[in-house]
Amino acid sequence: MLLADAASPVFSWNLLTDFQEMWSYPFMVNAFRAGAIVAVVSAAVGWFMVLRRQTFAGHTLSVAAFPGASLATLLGVSATFGYFGFCVAAALVIALLRRKGRDSGAEESAVTGTVQAFALACGFLFITLYKGLLSGPESLLFGSFLGITTGQVTVLAVVGALVLAVLALIGRPLLFASVDPEVAAGRGVPVRLLATVFLVLLGAATAEAGQITGTLLVFALMVVPAATAQQLTARPGLSLLLAVLIALASCWFGLIAAYYQPYPLGFFVTAFAFGGYVLAHLGRAVHDLLGRGRGPLAIGSAA
Amino acid sequence: MTTTATELPGADALQPGVPVVELGGVAVRVGGRTLWSDVDLTVGEGEFTAVLGPNGVGKSTLVKLLLGMVPAAAGQARVLGAAPGQGNPRVGYLPQRRSFDASLRIRGTDVVRLGLDGDRWGVPLPGLRSARRRADAQRVDEVIELVGAGGYAHRPIGQCSGGEQQRLLIAQALVRRPRLLLLDEPLDSLDLPNQSAVAALLGRICHQEGVAVLMVAHDVNPILHHLDRVVYIAEGGAVTGTPAEVITSQTLTRLYRTPVEVLRTSDGRLVVVGQPEAPAVHVDRHAASAPAAAGAAGGDRAAR
Repeated sequence: MLLADAASPVFSWNLLTDFQEMWSYPFMVNAFRAGAIVAVVSAAVGWFMVLRRQTFAGHTLSVAAFPGASLATLLGVSATFGYFGFCVAAALVIALLRRKGRDSGAEESAVTGTVQAFALACGFLFITLYKGLLSGPESLLFGSFLGITTGQVTVLAVVGALVLAVLALIGRPLLFASVDPEVAAGRGVPVRLLATVFLVLLGAATAEAGQITGTLLVFALMVVPAATAQQLTARPGLSLLLAVLIALASCWFGLIAAYYQPYPLGFFVTAFAFGGYVLAHLGRAVHDLLGRGRGPLAIGSAA
Repeated sequence: MTTTATELPGADALQPGVPVVELGGVAVRVGGRTLWSDVDLTVGEGEFTAVLGPNGVGKSTLVKLLLGMVPAAAGQARVLGAAPGQGNPRVGYLPQRRSFDASLRIRGTDVVRLGLDGDRWGVPLPGLRSARRRADAQRVDEVIELVGAGGYAHRPIGQCSGGEQQRLLIAQALVRRPRLLLLDEPLDSLDLPNQSAVAALLGRICHQEGVAVLMVAHDVNPILHHLDRVVYIAEGGAVTGTPAEVITSQTLTRLYRTPVEVLRTSDGRLVVVGQPEAPAVHVDRHAASAPAAAGAAGGDRAAR
């Protein structure tokens, strides 16, 4: 996992030369590209996931990426197929089972938990069947930025663009259906269809994030930036934009840190995102203490 | 829909003489059981109507009938001169009390705004159609002012009190300038000062803005002196008329075919005593919580 043959590079604090050095390696260029795509897509989808309180479903979909990737490796096909195939399939299974379960929250989390347990067990089986030749499940579970090919970046970009396009199309009705489902349904918004479409988007986004942060750490890019942004502002548009910027920053800072330090990428990305979350909480606590009743940090003034 | 904000309030008023709601001998069957039948009701522009009756009798179903979500099994129903459901853009609807999670970080303004354009697909691009967006924003401000929510509409809605949330939700239901506003127990779980404040707000919307208001109510007292008309539903049938005609011992005794007494307290509040329980078998949304609801309702049917 470590950059053994890169002669342990040293961070010089001159960002220009640092980036020139990092980007002289094609795999690093690919890592930064893939990181940027994944950060934008997962933060945007994750923002809605946090708003809809579907983080458990998101976690399950990310766990489904694990058997997907390990089965793909076992069969000798590209892991990308495994990620997308299993995540989207798991999203459809959850949507289908939920449809029968009639909106009851307890039912939903039980169904989701059932799918998650089975997915994890299958992943373990596939890893075992591979008989140890796999470098280890760590990179699947906790992420790696080595060996991201240009072809992989292209797939990430195409799927990411598709996810963002669909999200832009359904964004406003989805927000309405998430905040106020009953009135949205009364206004003719197809609430149930949107829920299914959103789960599929969530599947695609977790599959993307899983390829950078590993399947266990997708929340670093899906939940943490959105939760941080929602602490900072209650304006939907601004909050979504902030989430994307925070995810992008966490991801790129994480890549830089992982390049210069012999520790895993997943840790750095998560640590930066978590640091931002703690700062946002502290900032809001201070703000609430100073100006009671002035509302959330009001950035801008027009509605 | 798209020009709502720029129209004059009365520009699309009905032709004079066409009632906002017109029910003639309407019956409703849900799950094979007739909830009520022979309901006649005419609501004119700017009239305030309350739908009263014991729990589980089908009060909310009347609202759903007017929205076109439940068909009429008999009789004729017209809303704004058309079949129910067809005029829904001109009907504002406030479902039974829902509260927002305290951690929901969306402003009251945004919730009201969603009532205006939440069903539009696509994202608004900066710079495009700015005239319409300005008009929309202006309409949202206007309606927030109307319900008196200006002081807290910029706060995350989860941090607003129950009464504040209810006012914002009324603003959301009004933002498209409906001709008819349907509310399902809007005073439920508000404290007494908020009940009378929201009732007064609804009376003002009704009589000053000319919006016909029809609301399902559990207790008639907070709204009594704003009311023009009352529909009292019992198992099977219903009585319609002014509160003074309907909420009397004679009328309710005739309706329920069992002695019912209406008492008037010294401060003018009405207490209905001896009103029978709703049937034990429920088929509507009350079904899941029927025992709890029946227990909670004991307060206003004392003396059993």
